[in-house]
Amino acid sequence: MREFTYSRAASLDQALGTHARPIAGATNLVDLMKLEVETPDALIDITRLDLSRIERAGDGVRIGALVPNADCAADPLIRRHWPVLSSAILAGASPQLRNKATTGGNLCQRTRCGYFTDLSTCCNKRTPGSGCDALKGVNHNHAILGTSDACIATYPGDMAVALAALDACVQIQGPDGMRQVPLREFHRLPGTAEAPDNVLQPGEIITAVTLPAPPPGRQIYRKVRERSSYAFALVSIAAVIKVESGLISHARLAFGGLAHKPWHDPAVEAALIGQPPGQAVFQRAADILLKDARGFGGNNFKIPLTRRTLAAVLIEATRD
Amino acid sequence: MSATYDAPDRRNLLDHMRQGVIGKPLDRPEGPLKVTGRAPYAAEYDLPRCAEGVLVGARVSNGRVTAIHRDEVSAMPGVLGVFADPAMLRRPAQGGAGKAPAQDVTQVDYKGQPVALVVAETFEQATAAAKALRIDYEDSSDSAHFDPDAAGVEPPKKPTDLGDLEAAMRDAPHHVDLIFRTEGHASAAMEPHAAIAAWDGGELTLHGSFQMVAYNVPELAASLGVDPARVRIVSPYVGGGFGSKLGISHDAVAAAVAARELGRPVRVVLTRQQVFESVIRRSETRQRLRLACDETGRLVGLGHEARVSNLPDEKFAEPVTQATKFLYAGDNRRLAVQVTRVARLTAGSVRAPGEAVGMQALEAAMDELAETAGIDPIALRKRNLPDKAPGEGIPFSSRTLVEALDRGAAAFGWDRRHARPCQTREGEWWIGMGVASAARVNMLAPAEARVRLHPDGRVEVESDQTDIGTGSYAILGQIAAEMLGSPIDRVTVALGDSRLPPGAGSGGSFGAASTGSAVLRACEAIRAELSSRLGVAAEELTLQDGLARGGNRSDTLVGLLGGDMLEETGRIEPGRTGKDYSQATYGAFFCEVAVNAFTAETRIRRMTGAFGFGRVLNAKTARSQCLGGMVWGIGSALTEALQFDLRDGHLVNHDLAGYHVPVHRDVPALDVILLEERDAVASPLQAKGVGELGICGAAGAVANAIYNACGVRPYRFPMTPDTLLDQMPDPF
Repeated sequence: MREFTYSRAASLDQALGTHARPIAGATNLVDLMKLEVETPDALIDITRLDLSRIERAGDGVRIGALVPNADCAADPLIRRHWPVLSSAILAGASPQLRNKATTGGNLCQRTRCGYFTDLSTCCNKRTPGSGCDALKGVNHNHAILGTSDACIATYPGDMAVALAALDACVQIQGPDGMRQVPLREFHRLPGTAEAPDNVLQPGEIITAVTLPAPPPGRQIYRKVRERSSYAFALVSIAAVIKVESGLISHARLAFGGLAHKPWHDPAVEAALIGQPPGQAVFQRAADILLKDARGFGGNNFKIPLTRRTLAAVLIEATRD
Repeated sequence: MSATYDAPDRRNLLDHMRQGVIGKPLDRPEGPLKVTGRAPYAAEYDLPRCAEGVLVGARVSNGRVTAIHRDEVSAMPGVLGVFADPAMLRRPAQGGAGKAPAQDVTQVDYKGQPVALVVAETFEQATAAAKALRIDYEDSSDSAHFDPDAAGVEPPKKPTDLGDLEAAMRDAPHHVDLIFRTEGHASAAMEPHAAIAAWDGGELTLHGSFQMVAYNVPELAASLGVDPARVRIVSPYVGGGFGSKLGISHDAVAAAVAARELGRPVRVVLTRQQVFESVIRRSETRQRLRLACDETGRLVGLGHEARVSNLPDEKFAEPVTQATKFLYAGDNRRLAVQVTRVARLTAGSVRAPGEAVGMQALEAAMDELAETAGIDPIALRKRNLPDKAPGEGIPFSSRTLVEALDRGAAAFGWDRRHARPCQTREGEWWIGMGVASAARVNMLAPAEARVRLHPDGRVEVESDQTDIGTGSYAILGQIAAEMLGSPIDRVTVALGDSRLPPGAGSGGSFGAASTGSAVLRACEAIRAELSSRLGVAAEELTLQDGLARGGNRSDTLVGLLGGDMLEETGRIEPGRTGKDYSQATYGAFFCEVAVNAFTAETRIRRMTGAFGFGRVLNAKTARSQCLGGMVWGIGSALTEALQFDLRDGHLVNHDLAGYHVPVHRDVPALDVILLEERDAVASPLQAKGVGELGICGAAGAVANAIYNACGVRPYRFPMTPDTLLDQMPDPF
């Protein structure tokens, strides 16, 4: 680990506009610092800021950036109205990690690509311009959607996948004021080598995530993984589906484990809405979702796996 | 009494003792120390002025170190030195080597191989300097192989060739000819490899984490070029080994070299990634199984040919066909293991080398043959138990396979299994059941132990035998307590220190039976003295709760001792019993799985194991060994796989996040049945080894259950969703 300075922010203003990296649960950043994948020279601890509340905001809810994942998952309001979020959080990490990890930090967690965390390999994300060893290497759990020749890493989280389905917004405070970014636009696709993970600028801090009014219908989070806990998703799906009079009237779907961001494709939802639930409709939705999917050898299986998982989720979501 | 075990000791001495502690499910005496954090592990000794060392791994896959830019880090805070001593290890020692492994870290055999040690005042300083240390290499990766499928194979060593397998396959009414693949495994012990070296004059004391101290001392001494008598290893508590700590590894020699140079103690702890990248792996395997049987299910042909890999010059080859040799009949046989040389870290013993991966393929093939021949899989196995070990013509010492299959089947409810696959569906999940035999060779290893009976009746047992979490402290104490009629709380056991008599060490499941036999022999000698003092024949002596009785005489133990301390050293050496008989432990696995019809995820729902391994010395620790083995079996079946980059041989999933050992949720409540057995051929305790049996075949039962559930025959282990998906039946 490189030497760094540590300070603790007593107020939000103190934490803004500094080049110091904000740190809360420290479950990901410090791991990466130990490996020297991340080498910030200054950390600012924001855990004492008043950002730990879950409160109603109109018909929706505002989840403070410092709300621990465990608390968010257990919150009665969340469980009652946005159960897919609770399920998604509980599908990730371990109880110990969920106790420490925060809502804002979770959004900023970095990929678990094995080449990203190994300094002896080439990784554009870690060292822009160095190349991507995953392209032709061990890419069993890499992305099939939205990839580029620069990077095929996935965004590893579960919580954000549910947030994408719920059409959440990220509240970001900067030295010049507050801005809101739809969760679906918060994370970025890799594009060129230098692309950062998300739209957060240096000196900015996530203060909250807001959810609009609870959506109608059944909420499901489904995570396919190789061991039944403490493993990243091969594919995960957050689904909010309502069936009325035999037709799908509302559909929100987001996918994890497939791309460098929680994947959301409005065309997939459009293919479902107004249709009667059934195999053909589900297959068509999968066709749309996967029309540009590309495997890199080790992860080719994700294409049929996603197709089948989507069918399973939609069957469950539309069952009487 | 001769130490060499040439004739079976059929007196079954322990059955005639009265203390009543042998076999009982007693707690580990050191348990409270461990769960309260008071049992010191290798890195946890607090030595004055101890410096911290961090190893640096090679960035090339093959080649030579041409320059180490020490000057660039020597001024970094706290840095005390950069070492690349010729004594430092390129590879760890293989199990039981007893001599120095490959040294000279200027040569690079595989990516991640330690090439230098940076020592500083603090761990963080050493880590920072190790990361900053620039090393130049001459890279000869172009001439190395990294893909076992692309490299050539060497001719097999000692293959079995009996009869004409090709003809048997051609002529038999039923046969299967299958290719299985298993991925590499890591030991993934919880405690990483670690050493603290301290020199006092020319005497080295090394706190380390080892399985076989009596072999590790000469390995370390030879590596350092010092007299073994001047090397002391202290390793009383070991946080798991699973083969990876059989031999010394990079940490021990590097710490000793630096400590000698700096004149102060040096601690070296491998990072989790370094453990994965540079210690020991189980080789991946490619196995061809050929089985042929007649109309009644009698095997007429049996072929098991495996390809494994290792580094150049390593003798170890995963002994994949080890149990196939004796488990089933079949006159026409071909068994062979071939090695291919790849630049990946050293392949060596990882828990149950051979059977762990060989049995799962054999048992999956047996299941397929049973189906092909239309015979119940249990009946097929029972029909093919040979009278004598095939090829060798020697008798079996004892074999509980039939009993294990029967008892296991009854406990599990095997009669509820549908013979045909795809018969049970619960929602998204296909449900199925599978069975497999368990088998593992049994070995006795040379061992010594010292037993002292103090004038007040206290008993001390001493050996350098290790306890790697298996229960050595408990069972050695129980043997002494039983033999000397001592309450268990009057017995203390000291282990894991090379100043004590050399035990067998913990490897190959032989620790308990071997070192336990040495304890038994020492106790016999003490009993002989006591019986003479009481004036009765040795076989008449009864010792219980500190009282001695025999004939019509009796006395207290303390009275008999009359202020004397009795001390005896017991010894055991493998002898003709190991050659005149085929010795193995046996069992059976029964497993119920759910396979998701959509995603091909497999979850174990129930698992029963029935095991026979001679006398049970402690029902709790033995059961725990079986449970642990079955958990390994589940990992081997479903999740564990080393992922190597085929371009440079580097291990991509080099930590516990990437290398998936089973978690609690992967492991349902496991049912373990311990079969009552005495095997006097195996040891004077009539006990065999239990440590590894629980893994040997377990994944085969899972594979067979997967087929029974969803109709897909798995040929790749671990059976992750991607390996099954394209053959899954329509889920709708």
